[in-house]
Amino acid sequence: MPGFDFSNFNRNSALHARGVPLPKATSTGTTIVGCVYDNGVVIAADTRATSGPIVADKNCEKLHYIAPKIWCAGAGTAADTEFTTALISSNVELHSLSTGRDPRVITCMTMLKQHLFRYQGHIGAYLVVAGVDPTGVGLYTVHAHGSTDKLPYVTMGSGSLAAMSVFESTWQPDLDKQGAITLCAEAIKAGIFNDLGSGSNVDICVIENDKPTQLMRNYEKPNERGTKERNYRFPRGTTAWLNQKIISKEDMKKYVTIETLSGDDNLAEKMEVDS
Amino acid sequence: MGSPFDINGGACVAMVGKDCVAIACDLRLGMQALTVSNNFPKIFNYAPSTYLGLTGLATDVNTVSDLFRYKVNMYRLREERNIAPQTLANLVSSSLYEKRFGPFFISPVIAGINQTTGKPFICGFDSIGCIDLAKDFIVSGTASEQLFGTCEGLWEPDLSPEDLFETISQALLAAVDRDALSGWGAQVYIIEKDKVTQRLLKGRQD
Repeated sequence: MPGFDFSNFNRNSALHARGVPLPKATSTGTTIVGCVYDNGVVIAADTRATSGPIVADKNCEKLHYIAPKIWCAGAGTAADTEFTTALISSNVELHSLSTGRDPRVITCMTMLKQHLFRYQGHIGAYLVVAGVDPTGVGLYTVHAHGSTDKLPYVTMGSGSLAAMSVFESTWQPDLDKQGAITLCAEAIKAGIFNDLGSGSNVDICVIENDKPTQLMRNYEKPNERGTKERNYRFPRGTTAWLNQKIISKEDMKKYVTIETLSGDDNLAEKMEVDS
Repeated sequence: MGSPFDINGGACVAMVGKDCVAIACDLRLGMQALTVSNNFPKIFNYAPSTYLGLTGLATDVNTVSDLFRYKVNMYRLREERNIAPQTLANLVSSSLYEKRFGPFFISPVIAGINQTTGKPFICGFDSIGCIDLAKDFIVSGTASEQLFGTCEGLWEPDLSPEDLFETISQALLAAVDRDALSGWGAQVYIIEKDKVTQRLLKGRQD
């Protein structure tokens, strides 16, 4: 754990004691689901991020990478799901390097629950952990306070009731891969259309034994905006301005060295650092 | 007392165009309803084509802009190159999340062009560092609700730098005129691959 910095804490709680409301964080008022099938597991999520009643991001990514064959769907405080999964992903990688074995889903779930329990629910991450490992298929839910569940089909987030109603009415044992994908997509769509906190598109991740993991970003797009028939482009010169300053490449050379590298154009493309 | 985000007022917006990006902010600094200054820019430059807009509590805007000046200078000394907008985004995100339980009351916005790939990049954050990657536009500040409306209506893909200037300026001016806590002039940056144009807009002074 890198550790949190509490240097603003006293200032902010003094303000809070005088009646200043806490800042509203981006929350993924979400629908996330997971479902096991004969040879693997499917997890799915919607793509809406909200800040109060405002839709902050119409196409965000709620499926987080932990290991090649372990993925996580996150609901709750968006920053918490993002950073908790990144932290555990890093620790899982180090753990598998030190043991020389493929990481297990239950290890990842235990690391997550111990981390979240230590913070007593203040880290608002609600997760669905799924994957395959040498012991078989794993599917768990982890709550912000540290409790966990192990079930053949799970839902979480504000749209969990809508999604669970689909599972409870249409799930059956011995599903095949496509059956599980379709069932998860239907469950997410129930959340998208019936829960205000969820919306936009369906993201799906299929983790299967002996096959590379498939992340199907925007597997379904049931809410595409129609293209505009006309536009509101302003004639140039509409906006009145008082003065302008043009900073060109030549001017920048006064302060920093700029060199355009000649030769192999692909050289820069290959660097992963900036991607 | 109101939210710390609404004490000083201010608005910021970033937009993507064709091979260019734009970032704009208003110039007001207030204390509740009293305007203290009409020359308080909220956009800061960290590399030749990487800009960061900060709205929210003015004391935190100053603290955080200085903190990132320090962090980016250290990055440039270590790496001997300029920081890319994507890298700055991750730096901002992890720096804000470090203060998860005692956040700065700010909503940052990044706009820039990646000099290696030549691709435009914008993103926004909440106060605890959750990145909002958008392909179209990012808004922040007390006029953010108005900005969502104007940008959703006026923005279109692949605008040229000249057209993008008109669109972002009109979106910002229209929004801040409907927000009592924002306005008093505006500043716009149009960022192209090897040229940046900074303009001071004529805005209402009421």
